[in-house]
Amino acid sequence: MPLLIPANAPDLPMKHIISLLLENEAGALSRVAGLFSARGYNIESLTVAATEDATLSRMTIVTTGSDDVIEQITKQLNKLVDVVKVVDLSEGEHIERELMLVKVRAAGKDREEMKRMADIFRGRIIDVTDKTYTIELTGTGQKLDAFIEALEEGAVLETVRTGASGIGRGERILRV
Amino acid sequence: MELTGAEITVRCLADEGVEYIFGYPGGAVLHLYDELFKQDRVKHILVRHEQAAVHAADGYARTCHKPGVCLVTSGPGVTNAVTGIATAYMDSIPLVVVTGQVPTHAIGQDAFQEVDTVGITRPCVKHNFLVKDVKDLAVTMKKAFYIATSGRPGPVLVDIPKDVTTARCEYFYPDKVELRSYNPVVKGHSGQIKKALGLLLEAKRPMIYTGGGIVLGDASADLAQLVRALGYPCTNTLMGLGGFPATDPLFMGMLGMHGTYEANMAMQHCDVLLAVGARFDDRVIGNPKHFFQEDRKIIHVDVDPSSISKRVKVDVPIVGDVKEVLGEMNRQLAAGSQKPDAAALKAWWTQIELWKARDCLKYDRTSAIIKPQMVVEKLYEITKGDAFVTSDVGQHQMWAAQFYKFDKPRRWVNSGGLGTMGFGLPAAMGVYLAHPDSQVVCITGEASIQMCIQELSTCKQYRMPIKIVNLNNRYMGMVRQWQEFFHGNRYAESYMDALPDFVKLAESYGHVGMRIEKPEDIEPALKEAFARKDQLVFMDFVTDQTENVFPMVPGGKGLSEMILV
Repeated sequence: MPLLIPANAPDLPMKHIISLLLENEAGALSRVAGLFSARGYNIESLTVAATEDATLSRMTIVTTGSDDVIEQITKQLNKLVDVVKVVDLSEGEHIERELMLVKVRAAGKDREEMKRMADIFRGRIIDVTDKTYTIELTGTGQKLDAFIEALEEGAVLETVRTGASGIGRGERILRV
Repeated sequence: MELTGAEITVRCLADEGVEYIFGYPGGAVLHLYDELFKQDRVKHILVRHEQAAVHAADGYARTCHKPGVCLVTSGPGVTNAVTGIATAYMDSIPLVVVTGQVPTHAIGQDAFQEVDTVGITRPCVKHNFLVKDVKDLAVTMKKAFYIATSGRPGPVLVDIPKDVTTARCEYFYPDKVELRSYNPVVKGHSGQIKKALGLLLEAKRPMIYTGGGIVLGDASADLAQLVRALGYPCTNTLMGLGGFPATDPLFMGMLGMHGTYEANMAMQHCDVLLAVGARFDDRVIGNPKHFFQEDRKIIHVDVDPSSISKRVKVDVPIVGDVKEVLGEMNRQLAAGSQKPDAAALKAWWTQIELWKARDCLKYDRTSAIIKPQMVVEKLYEITKGDAFVTSDVGQHQMWAAQFYKFDKPRRWVNSGGLGTMGFGLPAAMGVYLAHPDSQVVCITGEASIQMCIQELSTCKQYRMPIKIVNLNNRYMGMVRQWQEFFHGNRYAESYMDALPDFVKLAESYGHVGMRIEKPEDIEPALKEAFARKDQLVFMDFVTDQTENVFPMVPGGKGLSEMILV
């Protein structure tokens, strides 16, 4: 049975993934980051890099907020003079990927188990010492969380995550 | 021919048609000042503090149709200017602020008089630029003027390192610039406008509420046409005063925290609300939860999409230039056959008249001590309602807004959004330069005026015959009022001991000072002051210390929960 949401349901905070194209200029990143802190919006992750067009940067922001807050966030982002385009990817079909590097304990009997876990999650071991593996893992944020949770407590020595990058599915294209 | 960056900057200003630049020199801008010295197309006004330079440019911009321009040096020049920039930003005033910066090679070295200007001002400008290459200078200046004056206006800052002012390149000032990332919407969606008009014509209890957008968008004639064609009540925000003629019978007075009883009640109880160039801020609608206890349909017209549905959910959003949208509404209204519901409107006006009968702005006219309201009323009479009035922030600001009936836009100049004490006097300087043949009055209080009192010196230097009306109650009146109402009469630090003798102070700056202590002396004093056409007159009115501003919607309360006299 489909889950029906009553019309008077409170406007609950939801996770959104917002993509933007902005002028690749000094200070553009700080304008976006400053907007979020000044207006009290939440940033779960933010990634940015230049695109194939060197004058443009592409940024992905993961944030949470009620529909009203997300509407304000997109409007306020659009208002920034350096921002060329904004799209809330969560409004449609999209793909989301994040990269994580995890350094884990891999000594003795754990070594084989760790290799198996990396295989199950389609991770790659990219650095090896007598006692450690460094595993590269790509996926949605949820998948990366699941991998960490699947490991034995104390196995993780260090993690680093890029934050999500997102792109629309199919013909959904964000460009100037 | 190649020009230096300093020459280019000054040429850009001249080619942009800039008449006045308000500023204060310093190390990083010496080359710019040298170029200003060598020409006479742009006149420089030397202030006594950078905050005043920005306020003066702001006052200039608010009363004419041009952006205000200022020039300050790096470091403390910039930090002093920040209050002025934030003031202009909150009220959407178009400014171009040129700031000096340490040479590019010294940036980041904690050089003398270095601050991260672009970083410090980022949250209080519409946009800002750091020009690192002289080749980008002219086009950046053009962009600054374009961004400042288009869409929802605002201050734009251009930071120029000292070595860029000496570097050379060919000068070319473009007629126009286009930015792919910046395209303000001008034309409103005609389908939405039609829908809005339909709602308005169906209304039983309509209300029209307009803000500073009408003034900035030069849409007051279009607004008046619409309001009169419909016969609906109209209220203005503090920023919107003059947007609709205050003496028109359809005008309800200002609304909000110190708005009239009738305006606030009508706002709360209307069934269709048309909001134009206003933003439902906390001083206007009070507690939004209380506001929404009554059911009403809201139409919101604004040039800035982010103003719509920010604090209040609206039913018909219309993004566009308010003048365009109101013009289209007027055209559609004239072309259509539907008329407002006359019977419902009659009943609504009957209700409004009952609210008006409450006479919410009454005060004791027989008092032996000067009532501040009376000073503003007399000022209104003597200036025939035709003066340019600037104000500072506090009780005097509210009395000016309540008792000076502005019939024209761009006559009322105050810091509505940021609430900047010290704004009034320097703003009046800018207003005077924009309108040298008009009466320019600064209504202030003894606390506010002291925040930029040094500008009396600038007024002397440029012979600015501003009339200062100081409502002196020896208290920070609005702070005292809140302390009386909400803090058990504990007047913590709101009493000003050791005030200067304002008469002597004015005289020492070379102006005329007057002290007025009796109600019967108000009118003769004002008459004398305005008769001194070429002199600045500082009128120190000794007013009732206990007078409060009524009505008042306490913070966090609903619009109809007013404290009344």
